[in-house]
Amino acid sequence: MNFMASKQPENSLLGPEADSQRTLYPYVTGTSVVALKYKDGILMAADMGGSYGSTLRYKSVERMKSIGKHSLLGASGEISDFQEILRYLDELILYDNMWDDGNSLGPKEVHNYLTRVMYNRRNKFNPLWNSLVLGGVKNGQKYLGTVSMIGVNFEDNHVATGFGNHLARPILRQEWHENLSYEDGVRLLEKCMRVLLYRDRSAINKLQIAKITEEGTTISRPYSLKTYWEFSAFANPAQGAVGTW
Amino acid sequence: MQKCIKNGPLAQLLNAKKAYPVRPEPWKGPPTVSYRKMFRNQYDTDVTTWSPAGRLFQVEYAMEAVKQGSAAIGLRSKTHIVLGCVNKANSELSSHQKKIFKVDDHIGVAIAGLTADGRVLSRYMRNECINYSFTYESPLPVGRLVVQLADKAQVCTQRSWKRPYGVGLLVAGLDESGAHLYYNCPSGNYFEYQAFAIGSRSQAAKTYLERKFENFTDASRDDLVKDALMAIRETLQGETLKSSVCTIAVVGVGEPFHILDQGTVQQMIDAFEIVGEQEGPAAEPDAAAGQEASAEPEQGAAAGEGVAPMDI
Repeated sequence: MNFMASKQPENSLLGPEADSQRTLYPYVTGTSVVALKYKDGILMAADMGGSYGSTLRYKSVERMKSIGKHSLLGASGEISDFQEILRYLDELILYDNMWDDGNSLGPKEVHNYLTRVMYNRRNKFNPLWNSLVLGGVKNGQKYLGTVSMIGVNFEDNHVATGFGNHLARPILRQEWHENLSYEDGVRLLEKCMRVLLYRDRSAINKLQIAKITEEGTTISRPYSLKTYWEFSAFANPAQGAVGTW
Repeated sequence: MQKCIKNGPLAQLLNAKKAYPVRPEPWKGPPTVSYRKMFRNQYDTDVTTWSPAGRLFQVEYAMEAVKQGSAAIGLRSKTHIVLGCVNKANSELSSHQKKIFKVDDHIGVAIAGLTADGRVLSRYMRNECINYSFTYESPLPVGRLVVQLADKAQVCTQRSWKRPYGVGLLVAGLDESGAHLYYNCPSGNYFEYQAFAIGSRSQAAKTYLERKFENFTDASRDDLVKDALMAIRETLQGETLKSSVCTIAVVGVGEPFHILDQGTVQQMIDAFEIVGEQEGPAAEPDAAAGQEASAEPEQGAAAGEGVAPMDI
């Protein structure tokens, strides 16, 4: 006698065996990305850490990459999913160039394409576990947007992912203004990154700042921020609240 | 039995020559009149057969279908493109066929030839535009749409179970690199133009456009529409130009693609006094019609009778 064991169709993502086929939790993750619009384009900052849970395992992970002629992508979250996204974008830009017709995908187009990808994956219960920041300049128009792993997307004058939303954006809301100079922009970003360094346990003191303007993209060499740990409050942090950690 | 039939009335029937040959006639060979004479040549049966001269006759016949359709013209300046077409209704009772289609806010198309094929291709173009807009939140560059259309047409020239599209398309569109006017052929070729005309009697329009095209780049929107109307008038060959026989559509910077309504078109026609120049329309059967026939050498015989030009 032959029993046909009833099981869910192979391509269904719901069910015990299917769990090995979709993303359930991230493994190697990057922390915040912060970005803002300035006079000539976009400035973006991200540290170079790849955490494996609570271990700061990888310390030379480049989490910002230039896309095509006009865009810059920064990612936090699962690093392998970021690499997958870079492969998708590589193919997209390749086909765009193959038209060979003088048209090119700008930051707005790339941002919307990513939104479609992220949202569609989310709908299949198999997300790309990233929060992305997409910035660029095309024909003098500056563009800065973000997409999350569930497809939430919007544009703004300054954006951040992860802890950056809680620690960096309030600073930017106070101090950002239209037509920041390059030096002021970098100073502002470093201020945000320093706060994140102090307060985000997954942050490391090795970061890059990327700039994108009409002329092109430059991603800086990795460098570190000066920190000061001798604040009196740091000396005995439990003073005001016994038992705190 | 034989004896009584032999000389009776039935004998006639029996002795009459049989309608069918009793013994088959000897085979004299295949029929002498070849059905091949029906076709102009023996390489035009299907699109996947080359002629010895390197031509695909089916594709050329498809382009012939475009030449037989009613005229469509297009012209562009740096910032605007105008499409126009001649719309002849089959009878007074029927409405005329739609030959200009909006494809997207920034792209429109005018067709000549098999309007059914044109409708289907317009649907394809609309689909491509809307899918691109949805994915990239940006308008599809005209140049890319035109290449996709051309590639689609090419497929039909290289499959034995398909036939080429029998329609020529004048694609007008605006994108980042400016205003564009393209012509897509059933052969799968496409060309960019400053101004062009397709369909029947398009040569008259082309002649007019060739005289004037140098002014188009910097022309104003209204001048461009006026030139389009004049070009259409040329194809009408003596018949009065009125808004009921033509359709005009415009797309430009700050102006999404739209078809001008009849009232506006008629106003523009009146303003240019085109009607005034064409006194004694072809409908009146008198000597004036004869004069017009000689003034318009192309297909003069049709107008010579003093009635409306022959419908295509």
